[in-house]
Amino acid sequence: MTALFADHTLRVVALGAGLLGAVSGALGSFAMLRRQSLLGDAISHAALPGIAVAFMLTRSKAPVVLMLGAALAGWLATLAVMTIVTRSRIKYDGALGIVLSVFFGLGLVLLTLLQKRPDASQAGLDRYLFGQAAALLVDDVRAMAIIGAGALAVLAVLWKEFKLISVDADFGAAIGLPVRLLDTALTSLLVIAIVIGLQTVGVVLMSAMVVAPAAAARQWTNRLGPMVALAAGFGVVAGVGGAVLSSIVARLPTGPTIVLALSGLVLVSLLIAPARGLAWRALRRGQHRRTVEADAVLLDLYALALQHEEDLEHGHDEAVLRAMRGGQINVRRSLEKLAQAGLARRTGHGRWALSAAGRARALEQIDHAGEHA
Amino acid sequence: MSPQIEVQLIAVVVAVAAALPGTFLVLRRLALVSDAISHAILPGIVVAFFLVESLSSPVLLIAAAMTGLLTVVLIELLGQTRLLKEDASIALVFPALFSVGVLLISRYAGGVHLDVDAVLLGELAFAPFDRLVVAGHDLGAKALWSMTAILLLNVVLISVLYKELKLATLDREQAAVLGFAPATVHYLLMGCVSITAVGAFQAVGSILVVALMIAPPAAAYLLSDRLSVVLILGGVLGAASGVGGYWLARGIDGSIAGSMAVVAGLVFLGALLFAPQRGLAAQLHRRARQRWSFAERMLLVHLLHHERTPSAAEETAGHTVHRHLRWSERFTAEVIRRAEAGELLRREAGLLQLTERGRQIAQRALLELDERDGLGELGGRDRRRRAGRTIPGGAVEE
Amino acid sequence: MSRGLGDRARSWAIEVEDLTVAYTDKPVLWDVDVSIPRGTRMAIVGPNGAGKSTLVKSILGLIRPVAGTVRILSRPLDEMIGQVAYVPQRSQIDWDFPTSVLDMVVTGTYRRVGWLRRPGAREKEQASDALEKVGIAALGRRPIGQLSGGQQQRMLLARALVQQADIYLLDEPLQGVDAPTEHALIGVLGMLRDEGKTVVVVHHDLQTVEEYFDRVLLLNVRNIADGPVREVFHDENLRRTYGGRVGLVSRPQRRGSPGIDAVKG
Repeated sequence: MTALFADHTLRVVALGAGLLGAVSGALGSFAMLRRQSLLGDAISHAALPGIAVAFMLTRSKAPVVLMLGAALAGWLATLAVMTIVTRSRIKYDGALGIVLSVFFGLGLVLLTLLQKRPDASQAGLDRYLFGQAAALLVDDVRAMAIIGAGALAVLAVLWKEFKLISVDADFGAAIGLPVRLLDTALTSLLVIAIVIGLQTVGVVLMSAMVVAPAAAARQWTNRLGPMVALAAGFGVVAGVGGAVLSSIVARLPTGPTIVLALSGLVLVSLLIAPARGLAWRALRRGQHRRTVEADAVLLDLYALALQHEEDLEHGHDEAVLRAMRGGQINVRRSLEKLAQAGLARRTGHGRWALSAAGRARALEQIDHAGEHA
Repeated sequence: MSPQIEVQLIAVVVAVAAALPGTFLVLRRLALVSDAISHAILPGIVVAFFLVESLSSPVLLIAAAMTGLLTVVLIELLGQTRLLKEDASIALVFPALFSVGVLLISRYAGGVHLDVDAVLLGELAFAPFDRLVVAGHDLGAKALWSMTAILLLNVVLISVLYKELKLATLDREQAAVLGFAPATVHYLLMGCVSITAVGAFQAVGSILVVALMIAPPAAAYLLSDRLSVVLILGGVLGAASGVGGYWLARGIDGSIAGSMAVVAGLVFLGALLFAPQRGLAAQLHRRARQRWSFAERMLLVHLLHHERTPSAAEETAGHTVHRHLRWSERFTAEVIRRAEAGELLRREAGLLQLTERGRQIAQRALLELDERDGLGELGGRDRRRRAGRTIPGGAVEE
Repeated sequence: MSRGLGDRARSWAIEVEDLTVAYTDKPVLWDVDVSIPRGTRMAIVGPNGAGKSTLVKSILGLIRPVAGTVRILSRPLDEMIGQVAYVPQRSQIDWDFPTSVLDMVVTGTYRRVGWLRRPGAREKEQASDALEKVGIAALGRRPIGQLSGGQQQRMLLARALVQQADIYLLDEPLQGVDAPTEHALIGVLGMLRDEGKTVVVVHHDLQTVEEYFDRVLLLNVRNIADGPVREVFHDENLRRTYGGRVGLVSRPQRRGSPGIDAVKG
């Protein structure tokens, strides 16, 4: 592994992708929480014509120039979406779809025009479609680092204001915060998060870089600070992992590799994150269900015992209990659970009775239910 | 048929085929599902391509339709966990599936005629070179035949299910109560979107399918309230975008698919700006006109409120009333002048007094408020439902 | 339509004059005048769409009116933004947001904390005290997504308390909360009145207006009536407020009297 990172190109690539993961993970958390996941998609697609125009105007492929073009186009796209939503009956989803696809179409037209220029110097703009981590240069990484650090600094400085307008914007306005300005700032950070990743991941998949780390991180914590940190961490892991993998394995494009790594993280998080995870939820539901079932059998046994007042220890057939519930519940499992808890015991083959503790428990439950009625 | 005409024909057929299901996506606020589906069908296309080694086999259509449905189901499943917001679910599912497709192509399709650019971007100019030849007879471009088939499928499906689609768009619950199985209709529509997307990807590429599915119907929706008109107009505007895009591409020697999206965007922009009633220009014009009448009514209502109250002298004096309304003096003077000219008020001893007509107008203005239900385009779903004669988004029932 | 003149103006907490608010030229509030004396508890009552929340938001400066002015403690609204404590409707908040109850309450101190600084131990202590007052001191560390409706409402009131304002605006705080919460919230409002604070509440339950409030504003786009409850809260005004749509409106003589349900909400 150390030998691997001794390689200069690989070090640059890993550094760049890691940086990107950290920045987009952190900034993307706010976007996801503010329901701007799909706006991210529109911004990243819309960046394509910006890159092309920036190149046409300056003839430069300097990362900062292209990022600036991408950012301006991304901003314009956001503005267009907002205008359509507020000034027409077209809803948010339609506005995003139109802006995304039309801007992207414009980008394609511009790229084909560039391709036909005699100097053909557009070679390299193509990689903005799917990204190409292996082509990252030290200069690119430096630009990403400076811009990303700036964006993170803004996030840190305005942290509590951003948090408040994300959870309750009206209250923010009521205590005198300039909500629209903050909103614009936060959206600009999203634009920046997207723009710095285009070269590595590409316009088509960049939105996943913004949404996926946040979606994974959200499952593990209920606090914003840890969530943002975790999202950044997930971004780094997937970014470095994906970029390195695609650099050393032939014909493994960077963008899709990183995105699949992130998707895996999301899936795992959805399944096993404590408290929220689906696996835990199923487990809890199963436990709850078993408890409810055991209680039901307990009460059934008690009801049967009442019919034999003279002999409380009289055993009752499992089949009877099963019939009482119409096969809806697992009677055997419930009886064994009761037996384990010392509430019931086996009196003979397939016959069961409540213990003294079980009878007390049943009475308790009946009283409890009475209170609630 | 010359390739030139053939390309335009294909463009028209693709655009119309896309606009038909697209109309329902726009009206049902599912526009971005088209984006998701058009990306996510990639792995389906790739796997089917590996199986049959052809891009024009019907197997591709079926595989893509299945993948499209899978996408919709995955998004819905993720949403049902309540662990993610719906938009995040969409934004997670399709990049993942698209990535799988890209990886499959890069890893295993080296050398064969299937590359990501082609799927994503399409190249309409090449479509006429792939001919359908039956028993030695050249019947025309394959893409033309396949897209015509898909167009017919869409037309048939929408005609047959027109009532159901409209009702499911109107009100899912009501549709279910009436026994129209909105879920089935929903998945049929999604299947329709998937098949159209896969059929069109060769011609215009998957992302630009989105442009043709959303932009023309959205433009049509700004121009009309009737569902049937929106459907047809969406198709017409889509066809126009197709032909216009072709000529734009020829003019500047650029990508045809990209140009079609650009023209579709321009068509939408045109509708957004200049639609007779809903356009921005019409809105501005109306607002300028309403500004004075609204201000006039405001002044009249203000006077009505303060008639014969202790503060009347303060509130209705011609030279102080602007302060109470928080208007500029000049604006107030102009409103008063207009109201005076209309004999809605008169000055008496420096106080503004309502005329009988002015009082009536003020009272009517207030009354209208009590019947706000009947007014305006502000309304949400509820009001339309109550009115019982329009469908969501305002398309009026025939 | 009471109005303070001259030196009496000092005693008004909120003065709304000729307020008209319109969304795309459709008036939501039309020429509303109302003045609220300091130290009172006032209910804003009216049917759906009457502009109750709009009035509250206008007083907070969240909505730009088409015409009219708002004065807070005899000063123009622009100078007083942030000096009115606010309890919004619960639906306005993203309850899935990853934050704890205590953190949410601390946001009420942000104005005092100011830009660039982080809330410290003192702010957290104030927030804990406020949670104590509304009876959910034990829930401080809980994520806001795990609160019941009543607990959510208590938390929002706690957040308003840490704003340490003289005026409190509450938008439907009692909508859909359980009886113990209603009791607790009313207790806190009583405490605020005892401290001389002004409390204005958008209220939906006509049966409890007399019990909980000393003044009432009957609002339906216009100010139908406002003043002391015993003077203006009567059948005639209620009928004018709720319109001809409701045939049977009678002021409750005792709690739970029939007929009144018809005009709820």
